[in-house]
Amino acid sequence: MKHVVVRAAFCAALVLPFAAQAHKMWMVPSATVISGDDAWVTVDAAVSNDLYYPDHFPAQLDQLVITAPDGTTVKPENASTGKYRSTFDLAVPQKGTYRLALVNQGVFANYEVDGQKKRWRGKADELKAAIPANAKNVQVSEMSSRVETFVTQGTPSDGALKPTNKGLELVPVTKPNDLMAGEKATFQLLLDGKPAANLKVAAINGATRYRNAPDEMDTTTDKDGKFSFTWPAAGMYWVNASSEDDKTSVKEAKQRRLGYTATLEVLPQ
Amino acid sequence: MRRLLPILLCVAVTAPVAAADLNLTVEIPQLKVAEYHRPYVAVWLEREDHSVAANLAVWYDMKKADGEGTKWLKDMRQWWRRSGRDQTMPIDGVSGATRPAGQHQLRFIDGKPPLGALAPGHYELVVEAAREVGGREAQRIAFDWPVKVPTHLSAKGTDELGQISLDLNP
Repeated sequence: MKHVVVRAAFCAALVLPFAAQAHKMWMVPSATVISGDDAWVTVDAAVSNDLYYPDHFPAQLDQLVITAPDGTTVKPENASTGKYRSTFDLAVPQKGTYRLALVNQGVFANYEVDGQKKRWRGKADELKAAIPANAKNVQVSEMSSRVETFVTQGTPSDGALKPTNKGLELVPVTKPNDLMAGEKATFQLLLDGKPAANLKVAAINGATRYRNAPDEMDTTTDKDGKFSFTWPAAGMYWVNASSEDDKTSVKEAKQRRLGYTATLEVLPQ
Repeated sequence: MRRLLPILLCVAVTAPVAAADLNLTVEIPQLKVAEYHRPYVAVWLEREDHSVAANLAVWYDMKKADGEGTKWLKDMRQWWRRSGRDQTMPIDGVSGATRPAGQHQLRFIDGKPPLGALAPGHYELVVEAAREVGGREAQRIAFDWPVKVPTHLSAKGTDELGQISLDLNP
């Protein structure tokens, strides 16, 4: 049973954010601006409809990559995956900005066996073994997505924010833990390390359960891949962009689906 | 007479003039709440571009073990953003223990720490208070420095701060 749940969640995670906009993947830390010598954050990670109420699937923590201000990779503690959400704790002893990322690289296949439609998701090197020899109409897509959030102890820094130049990535122009209501924040999106121009970016404040309209804000990246939002109110914003292209690294795949999501906390003035 | 002139000049320059100063009174209001903790308070001077000209006071819980008191410094979120996050606590001559409800008088002398030599310009004095299981409030008083005549300015808090008076002396 557990295996089934995990598999289903994995599927949901993979399909996101390309499937219906209804399912949103996120990580929400207990705090993003931190002081104190013995500081910790606890983080929820899930796929849900409402922001940020775990109501669908937990996020898969085997995708979690945490980068400390000095650029090293650090491990979470007390990681746990439940029915609707995953949680973990993170000690934040270093001064500067930590990047928390769920990095998902995989493939997605549709095929038919004896007239029955089948779907499979997994890692690229498992693809061959996973698709039966008698499968017909095999369509393979490559997936590359990132779900991130940021936590800063003391002064914000950018040692943890270097792009990997793979897939869609965010490069902060405004520091991601220095966001205030009423102020404009600017970021840059990169696709494989190059500016991702003319891409739609959406931002939605949390607590969607308590209002009727999603109040989504939309913008488009400029020729340098840059976009800005002026935050109308304090809150935890879900910022998302997605794209498709044919620059696959898996030879069976004709199409690559890309996604980037960040949860960004905006504090009141 | 010729020999006297330089001496007279020296006297004029070094003659003890009353140093310019800022006299500040911060009122922490008495609150009727079930659980009361003394507020954390930060007082600082901002230039027109919001950069910090001087940290004047930071009152926080210094006694808690393992630096636990520094955990809540970020709740003074304007101060934290403008200056606090760049500091190493405690700040010599600036930080101190939290204070009880009542009026607290502070005097800052031009040329001496923590004020230092304040360059002529437009400033805002900011007082920010944040209370555990309570609220947070910041009040600002704008002024031009230096002043030609003694100047009285004030602001009134609504929740976490009471009357704030700022007397500037030339």
